[in-house]
Amino acid sequence: MLAAVATFTLDGVHAQEVTVEVDVRRGLPTFTLVGLPDRAIRESRERVRAALLNSGLDFPQKRLTVNLAPAHVRKAGPSFDLAIAVGLLAASAQVPPEQLEDCALVGELSLSGELRPVRGTLTAALGARRAGYGRVLVPEANAAEAALVEGIDVSAIPTLARLADLLHGRWTPGAVRPAVADPDEARPEGPDLADVRGQEDAKRALEIAAAGGHNLLMIGPPGAGKTMLARRLPGILPPPSFEEALEITQVHSAAGIGNGRLATERPFRAPHHTISPQGLVGGGARPMPGEITLAHRGVLFLDELPEFARAAVDALRQPLEEGSVEIMRGQRTLDFPANAIVVAACNRCPCARPPDSCSCTTVELARYQRRLSGPLVDRIDLVCQVEPVPTVELVGGPNERRARSAEVRARVVAARMRQLARLAGTGVLCNGDMDGRLTRRQVPLEASIAGRLLAVRDRIPLSGRGHDRVLRVARTISDLEGRDLLEESDVDEALSYRLDSWERIAA
Amino acid sequence: MIDSCTSCLRRAFLVAHLAPRIAGLLGGRERRASGLLALPEDELLAAAAGEGVEAAVEFLEALDTEDERERLSAGGFSVLCTHATAYPPLLRQLTDPPAVLFAAGREETFAVLREDPAVAVVGTRQASPYGTEVAYAIGRGLGACGVPVVSGLALGIDGTAHRGCLDGGGVPVAVVACGPDVVYPRRHRGLHGHVCGSGLVLSELPPGTEPYRWSFPARNRIMAGLARLTLVVEAADPSGSLITADFAKDLGRCVAAVPGRVTSSVAQGTNGLLKEGAAAITGTDDVLDELFGVGVRRAPRARAAPSVPDDPLLRGVLDAADRCSSVEAIARATGRSAAQTRAALGRLEADGYLVRRDLGGWERAAC
Repeated sequence: MLAAVATFTLDGVHAQEVTVEVDVRRGLPTFTLVGLPDRAIRESRERVRAALLNSGLDFPQKRLTVNLAPAHVRKAGPSFDLAIAVGLLAASAQVPPEQLEDCALVGELSLSGELRPVRGTLTAALGARRAGYGRVLVPEANAAEAALVEGIDVSAIPTLARLADLLHGRWTPGAVRPAVADPDEARPEGPDLADVRGQEDAKRALEIAAAGGHNLLMIGPPGAGKTMLARRLPGILPPPSFEEALEITQVHSAAGIGNGRLATERPFRAPHHTISPQGLVGGGARPMPGEITLAHRGVLFLDELPEFARAAVDALRQPLEEGSVEIMRGQRTLDFPANAIVVAACNRCPCARPPDSCSCTTVELARYQRRLSGPLVDRIDLVCQVEPVPTVELVGGPNERRARSAEVRARVVAARMRQLARLAGTGVLCNGDMDGRLTRRQVPLEASIAGRLLAVRDRIPLSGRGHDRVLRVARTISDLEGRDLLEESDVDEALSYRLDSWERIAA
Repeated sequence: MIDSCTSCLRRAFLVAHLAPRIAGLLGGRERRASGLLALPEDELLAAAAGEGVEAAVEFLEALDTEDERERLSAGGFSVLCTHATAYPPLLRQLTDPPAVLFAAGREETFAVLREDPAVAVVGTRQASPYGTEVAYAIGRGLGACGVPVVSGLALGIDGTAHRGCLDGGGVPVAVVACGPDVVYPRRHRGLHGHVCGSGLVLSELPPGTEPYRWSFPARNRIMAGLARLTLVVEAADPSGSLITADFAKDLGRCVAAVPGRVTSSVAQGTNGLLKEGAAAITGTDDVLDELFGVGVRRAPRARAAPSVPDDPLLRGVLDAADRCSSVEAIARATGRSAAQTRAALGRLEADGYLVRRDLGGWERAAC
């Protein structure tokens, strides 16, 4: 007898439908698994056999053939266990096959017949809904995550025996509550901007970066607070919308790092500078998302930027330009989302001592700065210095009121709303994502300001790209102030955030 | 212009021929070849040639000076021997003046060297930003006053002094340790060309000769010999720049140094010179005072000092920028918000009151 069961597997962070076909016929008892399975799937034969027998079900002593279609795609992981077991049950007439037509199943089996959680349930549920299935059966531990997807019925399955009962209509699973954080429940307190004393200049730069989605470079000695400041950026970015939260959760579910609940905050990733190009942008024999993908819709922090391998930093070119990473493996191309704000940090010079006791030679300085050039730095709109806060201010000093993250976030959200309205129909969501052409069209300059920028170019070495960067940042400053037209002070302030020594080196 | 007697030319080519052997002789700490270079031809052969003496004699016999003259003239080189009238007279005061000067660039420069006192600006290759700034400013100031700047076309201070001199519209003279057409270090290919275009690259070694260890201190004696005053901007101790200073002292010329930070390794040499009584130099005017007498000549101002901005906010920020190293500190000093301070700084830079330092930070535009 023949049966077919639908399941979903991860293809990057997207869902790929796999049909598990099971054929049961008379002959010598064998169990064959075809369709490019990996070790974990081939071993699932043993798990399925034990799980069926331990659940009081029958393991047919016949010639069993399981095919995972489409047969040309390599498949990996233990999430096929459940579909294979249920396919066997259907093919050996232990459960009614018609019950399975509208169902997709995902899950790993234990030898006792219990269901174990798997990676990427959210993605599987999304894929099942898109493919038109009305119901998805998942391990109990993954149910809340799958239930985030609306428009599909999610059933939490504790054991294989219960699943058989369900298909026979002898048991009804309880309703599953989606894993959305309870609005009444206090949200976990992230690090707050108000905890940082002093650093008003860096805070202003962070606010502009958040408001316009600009990449930021912080320059300062070790211990000045660069990491502390960068960690507070997700807290002043607008809270993720439901769709963004789904994207974040989907990525984290695929990478197996989520907690199964819908993300309420944007991610903050800070990979160490020894990271490989694959680690940063994704890859590997079984392609896994890289740090830039894990930081999707959030912040990627690169501390000690000059220490990163050149190849790793250069690999960020495509994600920074397109907001996604394409990875070629064999004949297939995988696509990972990768839209994050990059915050980089470096020292002023290789010795990292204050200017009046620095012993670096000009050659060393030039070499250090040259390590910072390249596609990443070309995409950095804002540069600010971070100096250590004087001890007086740290321990006591005037207890001036410091802005809380929530206040800054409110200003950022207002600025983003203005951008959304203005950029509607361009496919771009914030100023930082505008390319050169869009910048020139979107940032109308009054004659006086245009003339001023032109005059400035005599004194300040401003490349075409540098010019666009200044305009983008000025536009964001203006949005923060709630103005439609740029004012001179916006352009002046934007000029002070630019970094031109690299342009000088490149020249 | 080829103005060289046959015996001088023979001597110059003999030194070039023996160059690798001299390198072998002067191993270890003895790096100055002055003693050798002062010897007459037969003694030089005996001292330097060793078992290669026959080959050297053969080389001399085979040398066709007419041929070489034609080749040098075709290459556009200027060649002067000690007996030529255009040979820099100051150089003859050396105990071992180079028999022949091979030069690439503008021939008129030799006339300038006869007329005007030149200044040698030398220093370390591992220059600090401070030393680089000073070397550039003095090179530029001297260039603008028409004082030829002699240096060694090396990385660091030397190259920067040449650049400053070129930017000031002056006459750079580069004395190199290889043939005048050989670019060393390679990174200075562009600078080599610019110096040839406005001044001279000269050497006692014929075109095509590669540099040797000994030829660097040897060319230092030529730099010291050409200049009325030798200025060391930044130098470690011991260093090639101090060798140049020693040659200048031996010639009875003025030696000057730029004071440096006492903890900096590249200030040990210069501060040591100052302790011994070298003239302390803090700007182009000090050099001019030493050369022409106090107050006789003054460096022209590159640009009129920018007027003070009218806006009191801008004025306050400009003042604070002199004292403070970060935007944060400026904002604190003026009591303005970070955004206001940033806007003021951008404004001041756009209007030319401030310039950007490397990797953030501002300083007052030089005047």
